[in-house]
Amino acid sequence: MAAPLARTAGPPDARRGPAGPGGATQLRRSQRRAAALLITPFFVLFGAVMVAPIGYALWMSLFQERSSGLGFGGTRRVFAGLANYTAALSDPGFRASFAHIALYCALYIPVMIGGSLALALLVDSALARAKRFFQLALFLPHAIPGLIASIIWIYLYTPGLSPVLDWISAAGGSWDFYANDHVLLSMVNLSAWQWTGYNMVIFYAALQAVPREVIEAAVVDGAGALRTALRIKIPMIASAIVMTVLFTCVGAIQLFTEPKLLNQRGAPSIDTEWSPTLFIWKAGFVQHDYGLAAAASLLLAALGVALSFVVTWIGNRWKAAV
Amino acid sequence: MSTLTHSTPAPAQPSTDTRRQATARRRTPGHALLSKGVVNGLLILAVCYTLMPVSWLLIAATKNHRDLFATSGFTLGHFDLLANLRHVFTVNDGIYLRWFGNSVLYSVVGSAASTLICVATGYAFDKYDFRGKEKLFGLVLGGVLVPSTVIQLPMYLLAGKAGIVNTYWALLLPALVNPFGVYLARVFSEGYVPAEVLEAARVDGAGELRTFARIALPMLAPGFMTIFLFSFTASWNNFFGALVMLNDDHLYPVSLGLFMWNSVTQQQPEYYSLVITGSLVAVLPLIVAFVCLQRFWRSGLTAGAVK
Repeated sequence: MAAPLARTAGPPDARRGPAGPGGATQLRRSQRRAAALLITPFFVLFGAVMVAPIGYALWMSLFQERSSGLGFGGTRRVFAGLANYTAALSDPGFRASFAHIALYCALYIPVMIGGSLALALLVDSALARAKRFFQLALFLPHAIPGLIASIIWIYLYTPGLSPVLDWISAAGGSWDFYANDHVLLSMVNLSAWQWTGYNMVIFYAALQAVPREVIEAAVVDGAGALRTALRIKIPMIASAIVMTVLFTCVGAIQLFTEPKLLNQRGAPSIDTEWSPTLFIWKAGFVQHDYGLAAAASLLLAALGVALSFVVTWIGNRWKAAV
Repeated sequence: MSTLTHSTPAPAQPSTDTRRQATARRRTPGHALLSKGVVNGLLILAVCYTLMPVSWLLIAATKNHRDLFATSGFTLGHFDLLANLRHVFTVNDGIYLRWFGNSVLYSVVGSAASTLICVATGYAFDKYDFRGKEKLFGLVLGGVLVPSTVIQLPMYLLAGKAGIVNTYWALLLPALVNPFGVYLARVFSEGYVPAEVLEAARVDGAGELRTFARIALPMLAPGFMTIFLFSFTASWNNFFGALVMLNDDHLYPVSLGLFMWNSVTQQQPEYYSLVITGSLVAVLPLIVAFVCLQRFWRSGLTAGAVK
């Protein structure tokens, strides 16, 4: 990401000839002072709300609370080394939460990315009318806060309130959105509703940047619309697809609001530690086991960073291959 | 994807001899009409899916509690929107209005401050040369990758030590930091502020900070709006942070307040109307804002896509 930026950011006063040596140093000093003043607020806050919490989590993850002596008289903190990490990694609930997210991603990413890619190609095709309207209407769910989107969909899943269930029963069917086999689909639908349009706009913007000559050349060579889409357009926007998959994965491992609300609603298979973030919430704020919660948080952060590298690496290889 | 096949002409001919034939076939009016119908039909179907929940919310907000359950979702009952609105704004001494004001404070004021900080930082990264610049920028990009929910617990404990848990600062302070905004600001500064303009200002003897405030900042206005929208959505969506940091319901943003109302609906079903109407009131200004500010989120997503 930084590479193309670095190119354009050359020394600003390299081209200044006539200012003379004294003037140039003075200018450079005033520029350096301005740069320091402009970036200081950000880095002070960055240190306070990002670096310090991560450092503090690292510190906390090395200690455990042990009850002293007979069980009354409170607890004391003792150095525990990596015990919190091994405790988190061997906790069946924590492990299961990753399996849940993996399953969720296996369903959600193909549906959402495939859907937004298909919609972007449809809007991009010469046959589509009212392109601005379609983009706006498809993007609209993103304007709605995640919590409110979740509440609306949960009501749409609730018998008595839901018009969707009325339609299903009018058609002679029946469906329980909270049943064990269906609840993951209900969650995928909720997320897909929120994100498909957003990613569609990203893909559409990337498609617009594909040089028209390349597409015209394919059409002149007799390639049909589908073939042009699959062989020319999709490979040309590979980097946008990779970035989107990356951000989707980083979002998926943080899943909280949707499972929290489904759990609150009594969906039987969504327990209070269904997702890693729910697990951390429970360990930290319900059980007050800060060491365990900190270790679990850092493991999750490490997974996020590792995912970024893997997806970027795959993306680079894919780009090199086509 | 499989539905796309309907809109494509018969197997493509790669050979150049048949090129004209293929083009001719694609221009057959009947076939083009069919494809146009299919493409736009699929898009309309997708739009129905995206608009359905919001339309349901709009209709549900006009019904009284009895009709909400007695009538089907998309049929109108007795028109009680005004009574519902009055209820939302007066229940618990008008706490909803207070939540709404809090949301505006967290999202509008917080994001404006955060965007100014991002733009200043991105501009400095683009226009100035200083030691360790690319390393510092790497740190900012690293910050983009850190999942925000992951630092919520240590941030809560640190905020506890600083004595700001359960105050406005507990949500405002973290909202001020937006590493992705710094990245975008650097990209925008490259695109919108030509180096020659700054040179001219220097020749005229303007100080560096004055140049930034008076010349660069106005040129960066569209980028400012885009970053503002990103940060605004992030803070409007920050339900987890609010849940962790706040106990006092007078400090809640709308989302946390609606969550609390929603959690009692199963015991007290009359709260459904409150949650539904309250959601509608919270969502409508956002929809209007996003429709009016299309140009800005569009350019932000484009900048994201082309990197």
